[in-house]
Amino acid sequence: MQTPPPQTPAAALWRMREYMRPYYLTLALMITAAIVAVTAETMIPLITKSVIDGAIAHGSRRELLPLGLAATALGALQAGLNFYRRWSLAGAVNGMEKTIRGDLYHHLQQLDPGFHDSWQSGQLLSRATNDLSTIRRFAGFGTVFFITSTWTFLLIVALLIDMNWWLGLLTGCLFAPVGVLCLRFEKKYRVLSRQYQDQTGDLATYVEEAAAGIRVLKSLGRRDEAAARHLGLSRLVYRSQVGKARLRGTFWAGLDLAPNAAIGLLLLLGALAVSWHQLTLGGLVAFVTLTLLLIWPIEAMGFIIATGQEAATAAQRIYEIFDTAPAITDPDVPEDPQPSITAARARKAAGKKTQASTGSIAGRPATAPPASPAAATARTGHLRFDAVTFSYPQAPEPVLRGITLDLAPGETVALVGATGSGKSTLLQLVPRLADAASGLITLDGADIRDLPLPELRARVGCAFEDPTLFSASVRENVSFGVRDATEADVLAALQAAQAEFVADLPWGLDTRIGEQGMALSGGQRQRVALARAILARPEVLLLDDPLSALDVHTEAKVTAALADVMADSTALVVAHRPSTVLLADRVALLADGVIAAIGTHHELLATQARYRALMSADDLGGSDDDGRNAPGLAGART
Amino acid sequence: MTQASPTAPAWRGIAAEEAEEISGKLGTLLRRRSRRLLNDLLRPNRKLAVTVFLLIVVAQFAALVGPWLVGVGIDRIPQLETTHNAGPMALIIVAFAVAVIAQAWATRAYIAGIGRLGGRVVIELRRRLFAHFQVLPVAFHERYTSGRVISRQVSDIDSISDLFDEGLAALVSSLLSLVLVGGGMLLLDWQLALVVMAGFIPLTWLSAWFRRESAVAYRRTRETIAQVIVQFVETFGGIRAVQAFRREDRNEEIFDALNQANADANLRSQRLLAIFFPGVTLVGNLAIGAVLLYGGDRVIDHQMKIGVLVTFLLYLQRFFDPLIDLSQFYSSFQSAGAALEKISGVLDEAPSVPEPEHPRALPAVPGEGGGREVRFDQVRFGYRKTTVLPDLRLTIPAGQTLALVGATGAGKTTIARLLARLYDPLEGSVRLDDTDLRELSEKTLRHEVVLITQENFLFSGSIADNIELGKPGASREEVVAAATAIGAHGFISALPGGYDEDVGKAGGRLSAGQRQLISFARAFLAAPAVLVLDEATSLLDIPSERLVQEALTRILTGRTAVIIAHRLSTVAIADRVLVLERGQIIEDGTPAELLASEGEYSALHASWQESLA
Repeated sequence: MQTPPPQTPAAALWRMREYMRPYYLTLALMITAAIVAVTAETMIPLITKSVIDGAIAHGSRRELLPLGLAATALGALQAGLNFYRRWSLAGAVNGMEKTIRGDLYHHLQQLDPGFHDSWQSGQLLSRATNDLSTIRRFAGFGTVFFITSTWTFLLIVALLIDMNWWLGLLTGCLFAPVGVLCLRFEKKYRVLSRQYQDQTGDLATYVEEAAAGIRVLKSLGRRDEAAARHLGLSRLVYRSQVGKARLRGTFWAGLDLAPNAAIGLLLLLGALAVSWHQLTLGGLVAFVTLTLLLIWPIEAMGFIIATGQEAATAAQRIYEIFDTAPAITDPDVPEDPQPSITAARARKAAGKKTQASTGSIAGRPATAPPASPAAATARTGHLRFDAVTFSYPQAPEPVLRGITLDLAPGETVALVGATGSGKSTLLQLVPRLADAASGLITLDGADIRDLPLPELRARVGCAFEDPTLFSASVRENVSFGVRDATEADVLAALQAAQAEFVADLPWGLDTRIGEQGMALSGGQRQRVALARAILARPEVLLLDDPLSALDVHTEAKVTAALADVMADSTALVVAHRPSTVLLADRVALLADGVIAAIGTHHELLATQARYRALMSADDLGGSDDDGRNAPGLAGART
Repeated sequence: MTQASPTAPAWRGIAAEEAEEISGKLGTLLRRRSRRLLNDLLRPNRKLAVTVFLLIVVAQFAALVGPWLVGVGIDRIPQLETTHNAGPMALIIVAFAVAVIAQAWATRAYIAGIGRLGGRVVIELRRRLFAHFQVLPVAFHERYTSGRVISRQVSDIDSISDLFDEGLAALVSSLLSLVLVGGGMLLLDWQLALVVMAGFIPLTWLSAWFRRESAVAYRRTRETIAQVIVQFVETFGGIRAVQAFRREDRNEEIFDALNQANADANLRSQRLLAIFFPGVTLVGNLAIGAVLLYGGDRVIDHQMKIGVLVTFLLYLQRFFDPLIDLSQFYSSFQSAGAALEKISGVLDEAPSVPEPEHPRALPAVPGEGGGREVRFDQVRFGYRKTTVLPDLRLTIPAGQTLALVGATGAGKTTIARLLARLYDPLEGSVRLDDTDLRELSEKTLRHEVVLITQENFLFSGSIADNIELGKPGASREEVVAAATAIGAHGFISALPGGYDEDVGKAGGRLSAGQRQLISFARAFLAAPAVLVLDEATSLLDIPSERLVQEALTRILTGRTAVIIAHRLSTVAIADRVLVLERGQIIEDGTPAELLASEGEYSALHASWQESLA
């Protein structure tokens, strides 16, 4: 993963214009419409002036009618243009938000798991939702109103000066504090709102914990302590809430006070001006109504400046992700340190075109495993690790110091090691979910970094200890990566994983599982994930303790079925229990970042003390029944 | 079989609809249960509520007076020109200043006041809900998922809080403003007022349309963004599976569709606004035209003064705005009403395991080790219609470690739950040193009996915080002593932060066994008389199990303990083994006795012996 070069918020916001490009014409039309609309609105008080000074002063109905109709027409024009502006703006900003979000999703899917580990999931989500909304609001509201507010302000002040220069200048100056008030309010309010959000976030986190840990709290009788902590957090929220309300109150009061004070002053000075014949009576009325029209553009300006700052930060946060180049790429795609959006989109388009061919684009795989000529003839799946090292960022010590291991085609090797010894890490290197720091991993002689990612990942299948299920139907979860899987394929894979319980779910294969659906037990989840790996029919099968949550009885059945499946594939299986180890032809002991020993289960039990500590339960006052299927399985393998 | 709704794409699969969906009618706000709750919450704040209301009246009244004074002032100007007497004008200006200041002051006070009122109501609601969820029995929590417990306390409370923050002040002041300004206009010139008010005819229709449509549109935007979020979170939460299985293409297809649906929903709801807002503007502008035409006509006829015309024009700047507020906050009213309804439903839920009104104290622990005698006295228990325990009679002497063995459904876990009083027996009683559990206060009971399951939940905070949960206020020495006794001191001190290591950060680094050891240390610190372990070791690998096993022998010394485990290794440390079958005790004796008896236990043991060969 490459760290993007720093970029100022303003520059980031300016860069966002590439997403507005398709809407430039719409935007120009909208701004024109908005300017005409506010101009029409501004004309109405001038008509009022003519009504009072002309028609009414002369007592002439003939003059009144066209003026009244003109005011009505201008009013209708303003409403119509406002309608047009809002209507077309909605289309533009929603289109923009959708495109950015789609691009973000696309880009994030290409970034390696290491990147995702280093980010809290909530952080990414808030970029895809809150930050984008902020940008959408600014793009829609900010750009249009920045121009129209400036125009309105200048127009009205000019009109006022034209009617009476000193009174006009005075009014213009009187409104300066309103602008300052708005800006200060927006800034202060944002700080308070963020604090409030953080505090409600903390409260929500505690509520979630107390809900998830309700059994612990109940069984220890910690009700009162939990309630006290909850109340403490609630009080903080309460204080911010009241603080926010107080600030809002001051702001709204100020927003009423300032123009009203201006009107009071206008009434006083205007009366004098009228009596000195510097202003007509209608002029004074127009003055007062025009003054009221000044509030909105100034208020909007404060808002625009504040949202502008927020949108700029949001843009910066979004480009931070876009500018992170995928660390794990295909051999034929040179690493592009600073991919632009246009490049990303071009790639996306290219990906759509070449979807059916062997995808040469990172993360845009072909649907079927490519059948290379060699694969048809020779038995494949020869996996070799040669002095492979790996360390996690910020970890002082490498977790893998030099793994050398050779898996013959069709062979099953169990990987045994203490918690944290790097077993899962080693497995992840094979489908290139992470890249080794040094050393070489080859599949049938080819460096895996020279294989196109889609091909590599089609040839390698995995099931993890913590099964990842998605909120989708069972069918979708099992056929996960294989888009053309038939119902029969899915059922066969489920059967091989001993996941027949699916038939008893309320809607069978169509039942939604995952977070948003039917809750499955840990063992059931593992079996669905296992079926997913089996369905992919990979040459190399990587299983990371895939049966840990199964009860002993089910585990035995799955193990027996797995033995058949694995007969055709090369398999590397992380094991914590003797029963899983017995699936394997050979066992590799991973300790201190190297393969410390390799041999059969019984050989290692006999010779390796460290292995005995991991695998023998003899000292636990008698073992459990973990190994009871041993003879049968060993027979099946030989 | 139920069919998927036509709008849902096939990949999502079918799920049972959430039963809690409440029809979004404003009528729900008026349901008796919610109303009672609302009254209950507002009653202690009655004074504040009345004050806030009066302040709103003052603010709106002052706002009404300002434009009227401008009109009066304007009518005075010709007089000023002729008489040069500035007195009446000065009076008007002073009155105007008073009105302006009163308006600002009252506005500031009522907004702050309503914030305080809302804050008080919300904090009380939070407190009650949280406490109630803690009191409701485990049986309730099994039915009512933690997700719903959370959404009651987070999103439902939020919608009520939002209403107080923004909606309520706007609603009350908007209604008042409509009434007061309307009344003022009628007083000034009823004919012109009626012309202006004719604007309400199209506006009432328009806002009714808008409310109806926007309620639907709003719900749709919530639904679609929720689906976008689920897809987003699940994709990147499971990025390893996504990439390993080359799921990216399919995901993108799905995401594009969800993203598009969300954009469409947003578009629809913004276009409703694009019709509604300019619609209100149009009516307002037409009213201005009408005032100029008809009002001008009346002024020419000397039936009305110019000042009144000006006042009308000033009133019209804001007269129809309240309709925008009322319609905009309609959806927040709706969701707050629905939220209150759901919350009041939860608060009405009676705890099925009630606390005694007059709890009994237990005598001091008689034995040396700190254990107490447990007795199941003719206990009958079942869930719904199935009986799990028909008639359990069992005495566990103080200090004994009892293991329960048997197939799934034999009733082992039920015994553990009855002993921890997560449920009450249907008949008979569970007794601790001869006192019925139902007669003990929650505090005493939890002090005496602690249940540990395989859910070794750790709370955010440090490791020390988590152990301290066993005995709030425990010193660091006590925490370390407990961890040492359990055998957890070694790995905890090896962490970079030691006991202060944040569990969240360490979460990934802690193995299931280590997490379980922390929860054992917690229980050890709590020092209960009776410890119940329900499958507490089943998920552990062998080295962890070894650690836990060693810990167990230490923690159980002197205490009364009930252990449920499907691994015989854990059972071996028991003083006594019960084999259960369909709620009946079929074997009872020491492990050695049972081995000799050739029964179920010895058969289990034999199969394990065989596997060793």
